Amino acid sequence: MKKSFRALLFAVLAGLAFTLLSAAALAADSAPKPAPLPRDSVYQLPLRLTDQSAQVWDWRTRRGRPQLVSMFYTSCQYICPLIVDSGKAIDHNLTPAQRARLRVLLISMDPAHDTPAALQSIVDKRRLDPQRWTLAAPPAADVRAVAGVLGIRYRALADGNFNHTSALVLLDADGRILARTEQVGSRPDPEFLAAVRKATTP
Amino acid sequence: MLLALPLAGLAGDAGPRYVGLPGGTFVSALQYEDAKTGVRVAPFALMRKPVTNADFLAFVRAHPQWQRDRVAGVLAEPRYLSHWASPTALGPQALPQQPVVWVSWFAANAYCESIDARLPTWSEWEYAAAADETRKDARKDPAWRERILAWYARPSNEALPRAGLQAANAWGVQDLHGLVWEWTDDYSSLLVSGDNRDQGDPDRMKFCGAGALSMQDRENYAVLMRVAMLSSLEGADATANLGFRCARSAR
Repeated sequence: MKKSFRALLFAVLAGLAFTLLSAAALAADSAPKPAPLPRDSVYQLPLRLTDQSAQVWDWRTRRGRPQLVSMFYTSCQYICPLIVDSGKAIDHNLTPAQRARLRVLLISMDPAHDTPAALQSIVDKRRLDPQRWTLAAPPAADVRAVAGVLGIRYRALADGNFNHTSALVLLDADGRILARTEQVGSRPDPEFLAAVRKATTP
Repeated sequence: MLLALPLAGLAGDAGPRYVGLPGGTFVSALQYEDAKTGVRVAPFALMRKPVTNADFLAFVRAHPQWQRDRVAGVLAEPRYLSHWASPTALGPQALPQQPVVWVSWFAANAYCESIDARLPTWSEWEYAAAADETRKDARKDPAWRERILAWYARPSNEALPRAGLQAANAWGVQDLHGLVWEWTDDYSSLLVSGDNRDQGDPDRMKFCGAGALSMQDRENYAVLMRVAMLSSLEGADATANLGFRCARSAR
C-alpha cells in the first residue's frame, strides 16, 4: 500500500515535472530569444546605472535602439554644459522620425555627488525630454571601466572637479561603437552627425 | 606527500603575498596643478611581485569569460594572452613563474577584483617605486636612475625573467622596475600633453578642469616613460611587456 502510494506520487510528480519542463521549453521556443551580444558591444561590460528617477537598471536594457552616449558630472561648470549642448545640437539636426529613434545617455563620472536629485536638476534646468534623455550614475568602482569602453579619460582633482576628455559616442542598437567625436558644443561635427542620421534612418 | 607539496611551495615564497605601505604625502614627478605640495597616499597593501602566468591561468580557469577565445572584444584586444599555448594552457612561451603579460586593463582589473583586491593607483605605484633596496625615496640618486634607465634600454624581445628574482626594495616590494610595465587603476587619468595631439581644438575644449599634466621632475625619465606609455593605452590594449600587480586599501 505504502509502496504503491509512493510509486503513484512519483509518477504524478514526474508527470508534473515533465509538463512544467515542456511548458518552459515551449515558452522558450515561442518567446523571441535575444541574439547573443556581439563581442565588440560595449554592453559586454556589465554596468548597473541609477538614473534621475532613482531607477536602477543594467545598461544592456538600452539594447534595441541607437544611443548617443557621453560622460559628464553635474557640478561641472565649463565643458559639461557643452556636452548637453552637443546632444541637443544633434537632436536639432535630425528629422522628427530620426529623433524618435535615438536615445541619449549621459553617464556621470562623479557618482559620489550625482544623486538622482542632482541628475534630475540638470534634466529640469536644461529642459531635457525624459522620454529620450537619460542621466545616470554608475557605482563608484565602475566609473573607470565604463570610461574605458567609451575611450574617455579623466582624473579627479583635489577640489572635486574632474579633468577629462569629452567625447560623444554613437552606439548601434547592439552597443557597437559606430562613431565618436571629441568636438563638443552647439555646432555638431558634420561626420558624426552624418553617422547619427544614418543610424537613425531605417 | 599531499601535505608536503604546499609547504615546499611556501618555502620558496618571501612571506605573504602583500606588503603594507604606510603612505603619506608624496611629491610626484608629475606636476599636478591641484596638488602642488604633494599627493596624499593613504595606507595600502601592495603585492610583493607582479601577477604570474600561473596565477592568471588559475583565474581564467575559474572565470571562463576571461579566456582568450571567449573574452569580449571591447574588454581585450585580439592579442590578449596570445603567447599562451591555448586558452587554458601556458606552453613554452609563457612559463608559470614569469609575470603575465598581454593582458588588458579590464582583465587585470577583473583578476584583482576576483581576489578582493584592486589595481594600485598611479600615485601608489609611483610612491612604492620611488624606493631602492635601502632608501624609501631614492629618486634623487643619479646612480639609481641610471640603473633603472639601463633596464629600459635593454631589448624587449628577450624572454622575461621570472617574477621575484630581484632584491626587494625598502618597502619589501620586488620588480617594480626591471621586469615589466604595469597597469594602474587610473591609467586613463594620465592626461599628458601628448594627448592633445592635432585635435585642431584648443586644450580647453578637450579638457574640463586644470588641463594636461606636465613633468615636475624632468630628469626622472623612468617615470616619464611609464606615464607616456600608460597615457597612450586604451583599456582593451595588451602588450608583450605590460603586466600588473594588485593592491588593497588598508581597513
